Amino acid sequence: MRPLLLRSGRVVDPSQGLDEISDLLIREGKVAGIGRGLGVPDDAEVVDASGWVVSPGLIDLHVHLREPGQEDVETIASGARAAAAGGFTAVCAMPNTDPVTDNQAAVGFIVKQAQAAGAARVYPIGAISLGQRGVQLAEFGELVSAGAVAVSDDGRPVASSHLMRMALSYAQTFGIPVADHCEDPTLSGGVMHEGLVSTRLGLRGIPSAAEEIMVARDLLLAELTRGHIHLCHMSTKGSVDLIRRAKDKGIKVTAEVTPHHLILTDEACLGYNTHAKMNPPLRTAADVEALREALKDGTVDVIATDHAPHHYDAKEREFDDAPFGVIGLETALALGITQLVRPGILTLAELIDRMSCAPAKVFNLPGGTLRPGTVADVTVFDPEARWKVDPERFYSKSRNTPFAGWEVFGKVVMTIVGGRVVFRSGAD
Amino acid sequence: MSERSLGKDLLGLESLTAEQITLILDTAEPFKEVSERPIKKVPTLRGKTIVNLFFEASTRTRISFEFAEKRLSADTVNVAALGSSVQKGETLVDTARNLEAMRIDMVVIRHPSSGAAQFLAERIRSNVVNAGDGTHEHPTQALLDLLTLRDKFGRIAGLKVCICGDVLHSRVARSNIWGLLKLGAEVAVCGPPSLMPLGIEELGVTVFRRIEDAIQWADVLNVLRLQLERMHAGFIPSLREYYRVFGVTVERLERAPKDLVILHPGPMNRGVEIDSRVADGPHSVILHQVTNGVAVRMAVLYLLAGGRPELAEAAKGKGEVAE
Ligand SMILES: [Zn+2]
Repeated sequence: MRPLLLRSGRVVDPSQGLDEISDLLIREGKVAGIGRGLGVPDDAEVVDASGWVVSPGLIDLHVHLREPGQEDVETIASGARAAAAGGFTAVCAMPNTDPVTDNQAAVGFIVKQAQAAGAARVYPIGAISLGQRGVQLAEFGELVSAGAVAVSDDGRPVASSHLMRMALSYAQTFGIPVADHCEDPTLSGGVMHEGLVSTRLGLRGIPSAAEEIMVARDLLLAELTRGHIHLCHMSTKGSVDLIRRAKDKGIKVTAEVTPHHLILTDEACLGYNTHAKMNPPLRTAADVEALREALKDGTVDVIATDHAPHHYDAKEREFDDAPFGVIGLETALALGITQLVRPGILTLAELIDRMSCAPAKVFNLPGGTLRPGTVADVTVFDPEARWKVDPERFYSKSRNTPFAGWEVFGKVVMTIVGGRVVFRSGAD
Repeated sequence: MSERSLGKDLLGLESLTAEQITLILDTAEPFKEVSERPIKKVPTLRGKTIVNLFFEASTRTRISFEFAEKRLSADTVNVAALGSSVQKGETLVDTARNLEAMRIDMVVIRHPSSGAAQFLAERIRSNVVNAGDGTHEHPTQALLDLLTLRDKFGRIAGLKVCICGDVLHSRVARSNIWGLLKLGAEVAVCGPPSLMPLGIEELGVTVFRRIEDAIQWADVLNVLRLQLERMHAGFIPSLREYYRVFGVTVERLERAPKDLVILHPGPMNRGVEIDSRVADGPHSVILHQVTNGVAVRMAVLYLLAGGRPELAEAAKGKGEVAE
């Protein structure tokens, strides 16, 4: 592999408190140096990065890659390429595939497919329970030894408090977090946020309390067990209030929020727009504001996309019958820049922290830093480049996004994984 | 959309203006008389093809639409497509494509999913009339309720109307709320809080917790049908208790400061939401509602087909209509 010198980019690395115009040298898969006027090795490729941002590679803790089972909507390879195109150097794949990732062989399969794809890294998340049936614990030890970085029954909630308690306790043996999709199954059954908009549309609602009850339970169990609870896709003000208090008490909790929950409200469902149907549902403007505040002050640690591909015509039906979920890998960075950084809600360094450094810390993954000697997972993007979201151009096999046609800023120029360029804009 | 037309479809009353609603009611007036004649037929929609597409069982609404269509001389086809929820999704897209291919002029759709009428309307060129979609809207029911009230009181503005019962699951309630508010009525709802949708006050309606208070306040009660399955889903403890606490009974009405007018969209559960003596009593206009249903539906079909309101009178009077 030739050394790569990124010359005169704006190097933003919150893990080192770095935000300056600098060169970055990558050699033998590692960050070899940051500074001005670094010597250029004879055989190096030199890229003029002036005007671009050079950051530690983005990491998405929550994606659904659908393989095995639904290869027509996404595969590990297409998902990993979509990730790379979106500036992600690593993604974590949820286990709600068919069959479920609840054993060593299933985890190994994902690792193997990801290696073959040679795009973004894909870290498997193992199931909490066998078949995600919520009854018997999966073999966490086997899952971890095969490459799993966390456990979750995402796609469905862990209804049994006892099972969640056992998972939080037992996972500590392996130092992995337990990630939960918080939803009280007896309060759900709706198709959108329960409020004025659902009342107008006559659609069954999912109250905020359905999430908050499980958040509260999980926090109590994390306190009881001293385990690490990771709360997926937080959507309500009440949830972040609970997390903030738990963090003050020293409970080991981390949390994510999706781009869509940071940007859209339940009004996006008006007109029965099935691209605004997701679970947890889009909530109110007050919730959006609380989520943004929580992301800013660190109550919510990371932005994760909950990338959920669906067949092209699955959303072409009545709202009640359309599946939950939207894709997000190829729009997350630009939406963050456009909707959070440009309006002054987050600084660019904060956005990079929430999409790279913090996710690496939360799941204890390599990357999330450009410290010399660490693995060279790097994202290069032009923060000013303006483009229009066109799902037809996605690398993902699916098109289900509520952001089609949006004008956004921030275009990925290069995605580098272990020193190798896995995506370069205009190179296809 | 001009005030003198409805546009392509009638999907709900939320999106209509007061002028458009009044236009429908005014257009219905001359059609009322058609149903009173020995030969109950005018040639207004001769040559038009209308499909009544019912994904949900409904005898009354379907029959009312069918009468309206036949009295306007349209060719009608009834399609009953009751199926499982998965089949239903596929059917609606495919059905839309098929209807388009058959060059249907109008579709009257009843469907268990909210938004289904809009879904269809956005995908076909034919006019679409919503005959009830899930728990969203049932615009022709609200229009016939409005027409009945206008017949009774000579006006809608300023009337105090309380909608009683399972507002949460009621498309009739939603359409009535929009229609009444737009025409200047004061609107209240009353029923078990477990059957009240969140944010209902924000629509501009008053909420009464007790039926006695509603009766003290109202000029009109619109008593909704209580779906018997609500009890099994845990929304209320029992039908017996529902009747005891929320039933519209003669005893309760006797304590009202004035004579109330009682509407019910049917079919009634006698002894659950309404006392038989009330349903059959002098304050009930329930059969008048049924009669008006046909006239209002004739008006809607006529206007959507491009009929000019000022010609509706002529349409019923003579055998010829300029189209
Ligand atoms: Zn989830």
